[in-house]
Amino acid sequence: MRDVAGQADDESTAPARRGAGELEAAVLEVLQHGGAPLSPGEVRERIGGDLAYTTVVTILSRLHAKGVLDRRKSGRAYYYMPVADEPGLAARRMARVLDEEQDREAVLARFVSALSESDEELLRKMLAEDG
Amino acid sequence: MHVAIYLPLVIPLLAAVSATALADRLPPAAATWVLTVSALALALASSVVLGLLALSALIRLPVVASVGHLSRPAIMHGDAVSVPVAIVAGALLVAAVTAAGKAGWRRVRAIARAHRHASGLPGAGEVVVTEDADADAYTVPGWPCRIVITQGMLRALSAGEQGVLLAHERTHARNSHYLFTAVARLAAAANPLLRPVATEVGYVIERWADERAAAEAGDRALAARAIAHAALASAAAPPEREAAVTALGLIAQESGKPGPVPRRVAALLAPPPGLSLLLLAAAIALVAVSGASALEAARNLHQLIELAQGQSA
Repeated sequence: MRDVAGQADDESTAPARRGAGELEAAVLEVLQHGGAPLSPGEVRERIGGDLAYTTVVTILSRLHAKGVLDRRKSGRAYYYMPVADEPGLAARRMARVLDEEQDREAVLARFVSALSESDEELLRKMLAEDG
Repeated sequence: MHVAIYLPLVIPLLAAVSATALADRLPPAAATWVLTVSALALALASSVVLGLLALSALIRLPVVASVGHLSRPAIMHGDAVSVPVAIVAGALLVAAVTAAGKAGWRRVRAIARAHRHASGLPGAGEVVVTEDADADAYTVPGWPCRIVITQGMLRALSAGEQGVLLAHERTHARNSHYLFTAVARLAAAANPLLRPVATEVGYVIERWADERAAAEAGDRALAARAIAHAALASAAAPPEREAAVTALGLIAQESGKPGPVPRRVAALLAPPPGLSLLLLAAAIALVAVSGASALEAARNLHQLIELAQGQSA
């Protein structure tokens, strides 16, 4: 776990051992606490460790494609920021990233888990019977 | 070594096959405690036994005997654990400790990240309603836990059902349910035979929250409908989920077994399970036998070593 203030833990020096989702969450965290749009270089600096510049760029564009980040071009570089919209929705997107990252860890207690098609049919029948 | 030493290695299998029955027949709060504590105790006992098996062969090596000032004739007088068994036990123990360590570390980081996510959610209230059209609701572990509910989910439920949803998530938050999941998964990482037990722990905490919500609403059928409607609404607008979850759904479908959601609804439509003392006693006995065998084996080995040290001196 990384502290955004810049205290990198040992793990950040070994990006290869970390999942892509985890890196996405780390990048997103940096941007959410950044206060201003950041360039890939600035993101890389704040994450600490020896992440390759291209890795940071890849993660940023992936998050942009997912609709989590906005970006604007300034000079030759893109500057990234969390999507500026209703704060709850941003939280929700963050939760999705958390979800993807740690699906197997399942730290979010969901009201209902995913249904298979036969589950869906079964539920409809149960509702019909229950009236 | 007495044959009883192998019991803690076999009992997790029994626990795995009986976990579902326990989850269905005990009141969910009791089932959660029994399954979680059993998983932890059985994982510990099986790891201790693996260690003892490896150790009892290790002390037979001349070099270890001389370093430990052990009399070899006395050691050789003890029951034999064959070298292959000891090697396998040692390897399994290393694997168990490594897997548990990794899983524990991952889980701690996941929970810490979730805690920060919980404190970063907008507002100061326990419940956050997001303007999201997709139906979703979950509790984020933290100090305090926060509950996120989307507009889409609220729209899919009647007022009474919304109350059930809220009471359900509050039960997760108030009882730190994520800790039970964490402990059960840790145990399952150390001893993969316990995975079905960990899965059932995930199920019974949902049941715990369901029954609590049903009790607060005073209407079990209403709670059942709330879950069914919420699940169908989520399925209609599925949040982006990892492929693995979809794959699990597909597997459940192929095997023809209903998934956890229909199982929860069916449980609420049936009469609530009473506390079966017989089942409870059986579970406790299983854990007690496992623990006692491990302790007895440890005591035997300890005595043998002391004897060997005495004769060596």
